[in-house]
Amino acid sequence: MNHATQTPPAAVAGERRGRDRAAPSRGGRRGVVRRRWAGQWTAWAFLAPVVVYLLIFYAYPLYRNIELSLRNYTVRSFVQGDAPFTGLANYAKVVGDATFGPALWHTVVFTVVSLAFQFTIGLALAVFFTRNFRLSATLRALFLVPWLLPLIVSSSTWSWMLNSDSGVVNAVLAAFGIGPVHWLTSPDWSLWSVTIANIWIGIPFNLVVLYSGLQAIDPAIDEAAALDGAVGWRRFRSVTFPLLRPVSAITLLLGLVYTLKVFDIIWIMTKGGPSTSSTTFATWSYRLGFGNLLPAFGPGAAVGNLLIVMALVFGLIYIRMQRRQVAA
Amino acid sequence: MGSAAVGRRAAGLGLAALAAAGGLAGCSSSNDGGGGGGGGGTASQAAGGGTYTIWDPYPQYDKDSEWVKLLTQCGTQAGVTVERTGYDTTDLTNKSLLAAQQGNAPDVLIVDNPVVSTLAEAGVLTTTEENKLDTSAIAPNLLAAGQSGGKTYGVPIGANTLALYYNSDVLKKAGVEADGIKDWASLTAALEKVKAAGKKGITFSAIGTEEGSFQFLPWFWGSGANLTKLDSPEGVSAVALWTDWLKKGYAPNSVINNTQTTSWQEFATGDFAFAENGTWQLANAEKAGFAYGIIPIPSKGGGTAPAPTGGEFVSIPVQKDTARYATSQKLVTCLTSTDNSLTTTTTLSYIAPTEQVQAKQVEQNAALKVWVEAVKAAKGRTSDNLGTKYPKISEPMWGGVQAALSGSKSPQQAMADAQSAAASATQ
Repeated sequence: MNHATQTPPAAVAGERRGRDRAAPSRGGRRGVVRRRWAGQWTAWAFLAPVVVYLLIFYAYPLYRNIELSLRNYTVRSFVQGDAPFTGLANYAKVVGDATFGPALWHTVVFTVVSLAFQFTIGLALAVFFTRNFRLSATLRALFLVPWLLPLIVSSSTWSWMLNSDSGVVNAVLAAFGIGPVHWLTSPDWSLWSVTIANIWIGIPFNLVVLYSGLQAIDPAIDEAAALDGAVGWRRFRSVTFPLLRPVSAITLLLGLVYTLKVFDIIWIMTKGGPSTSSTTFATWSYRLGFGNLLPAFGPGAAVGNLLIVMALVFGLIYIRMQRRQVAA
Repeated sequence: MGSAAVGRRAAGLGLAALAAAGGLAGCSSSNDGGGGGGGGGTASQAAGGGTYTIWDPYPQYDKDSEWVKLLTQCGTQAGVTVERTGYDTTDLTNKSLLAAQQGNAPDVLIVDNPVVSTLAEAGVLTTTEENKLDTSAIAPNLLAAGQSGGKTYGVPIGANTLALYYNSDVLKKAGVEADGIKDWASLTAALEKVKAAGKKGITFSAIGTEEGSFQFLPWFWGSGANLTKLDSPEGVSAVALWTDWLKKGYAPNSVINNTQTTSWQEFATGDFAFAENGTWQLANAEKAGFAYGIIPIPSKGGGTAPAPTGGEFVSIPVQKDTARYATSQKLVTCLTSTDNSLTTTTTLSYIAPTEQVQAKQVEQNAALKVWVEAVKAAKGRTSDNLGTKYPKISEPMWGGVQAALSGSKSPQQAMADAQSAAASATQ
C-alpha cells in the first residue's frame, strides 16, 4: 500500500529529470552552463536564509565573544574599538582569580547534584505514570507547573519561602523545634538552596522526556520479560532501564547544558552570595560583565567561553558514546 | 502603529534638517575662527530645530508625567522636539557605552552619579567647560561625584541620600528617644532596648551588589575610614558594628540578601524600630500606617555620618556633529538652572543641588530639613579622586561585608582579604 502510493510521484520526478536532461542537448552548451548555474543559484538562494541566519545569530556572536575575551577591553577601548590584542591574558586573569576555584567547584556541585536528583525523581515519576490510573493525566499536568512558570516568579517564590526570618520553610521547621536555618544568607546553605530550587524546576522536563521514552518501549518486551519471571525492580533494572538508555543520555545531556548556564535562579535568590558562596561560572560571568559599575567585558567573556567549552566537551562525549553504541 | 510610523518619518525629516544645519554650523563656526558651540546654535535655530534625544534612568515616569512634560517644555523653549527614552538604571551604563561605540549616543544623558566617571573615562562625555555649563552654584560635595582629573562631566540634577527612618510607636514602647541617638553607642543601646521590648531592631541592605556598598558606606565613612584602605581599624570597626548587630539579633539575618526595597518592606511591617533608607521612600513612609520620623545616620564618635550621594548627573555625550551641543546645552541648562531646579527636584523627589533651592524646598516642606542636612554631609562615591577606581574597591568591599555578616570570616579577616583584592584590582 505504502509502496504503491509512493511510486507515481517518483516516476514523475524521474521523467521530469529526464526531460530536463534532454532539453539542453537541443539548446547547446551555453544553455547547459546557464541552466546549471541557474540551478546552483536557486540552490544557494534556498540555502541563503538559513546560512545568513546562522552567521548573524550564531557565528558572529560566538566570534565576537571569543574576540572580546582575547583583547584587553577597558570602557574606553570598548567605545573607541582599539582594544589591544592580549592573547590569553584574560583567561590567565580569570583562572588566577580567587573566585575561580570556588566558582568552578560550585558549578560542578550545582550541576551534578541537580542532574542526579532531577533525573532520579523525574524517572521515578515517569515510571509511576506509565500505569494509567484515575486522574493520572491531571496529576501529570500538575507536575508540569514548575516548568510553565517564568523563572523570575518561581525563583522569587523560593527566595520568599526560604527567607530566614519570615519564610514558610523555617516556620515549619520551627514547629518541629528545629532552629532557623539561614537558607540564603549562610555560606553553608546558599548553594544547597539554589540547587534545591533548580531541582524542583528541572523535574518536569525529565519527567516529560523520560515518560515519552517509556511510552516508546514495546509493551511486548515487558510482557516477555514478565513471562521469563522478571518483575518489579529486576525488570526495571535489566529491561526497562537499558532500553531507555538513549533517551536517558539525551535527557542528561540537555539537562547538563541547561544546568551549566543556569543564571536567573541563582541571581534572583542569592546574587551568587553571601560573598561568593553560591557563585557559579554563569553568575560570575554576568557579574564581571554587567554586575558592576565598571564592566570588565574581557574577563566576563572569558568565563562565558569556558562555560561553552565545558558544555561542548560533554556534547562530544555524548556523540562519541552514541557512535560506539551504534557500532556495537 | 500609524502614529509611530509618522513619528519615525518626522524624526527622519528632523534628522535630515539637522544634518543640513550641522553642515551650515560647520561653515559658520570655521568662519568665526573656531567659535564652536555658539555659532552652531544660531545656525541650527535658523534651520528650525529638529529632534533631540534624551535618555534618563526614570522608566517609572510615562508620557503624562510631570517629568516628561518638563522635558518637552525645555525642548520647546530651545526650539526643538525632545525624544525621551527611560531606561532601567543598571541598564543605562551599558546602553550608553554601546551607543557611544555605535556612534548614536543621545544628545543629553542623565546617569547615576557613580557612572559619570566610568563614562568620562570611556571618552563618552563632554566636559562642562567645553559646553559652558554653569556649575558655580552647585554644592561642591555633590559636584565632586562628576569630577575626575580636574574636569567636570555634568551637572547634578538633584541629590538624595540615606538616613535612618524610625517607627515612633516601636521606639515609644521601648522607651527610646530618637533625638538621643547621636553616635554608634547610643544607637546600639537603643537597639538593645527595642529587642528587650520584644520588637526588631534595624533593617538595612547588605546585598552583594552596588546597593550593599551604598548602604554600608555611611557606617564605613562614619567610622573615619577611607576607601583606599578597607582594612584600617576604623573600616573593620564599621563591619564589626553590623556583624555584632546580626549576632545579637538586633538586625535580622535577611539583611545579607536584602535589597533596599525588601529592607523597606521589612520596615513597613511595623515590627522594626529603624530602617536605613533613602529620600525616595518618603511617599511610602506616608502610606506605612504608623507614625515615623527620620534622623541622620550617626557617625561613630557623634555627629552626622557622611552618606553617599545618590542622584543623577545631566551630561552631554560626545557627538560627531558638534553643532548639536549648543542646543543640548540649552536643554541641560533648562533642567538644572536655579530657576527650574525647584520644579525638577520636586518632580523627581530629590533634594536640590544648590543651597539656594534647598532653602526654598525646606520653606515649602519642613520635613525635608533632615534630608537637606544629610545631603550637605553626603559624599560622592567616586569622590576623593577615586573615579573609576571606586567600582574596583566597591566590589571587594561588599564581598567583605557579606563574608563577615554571614560568619564565614571575621570582620578583620574579611576586610583584609577585601583590601588585598581591591589593591590588586586598582593597580
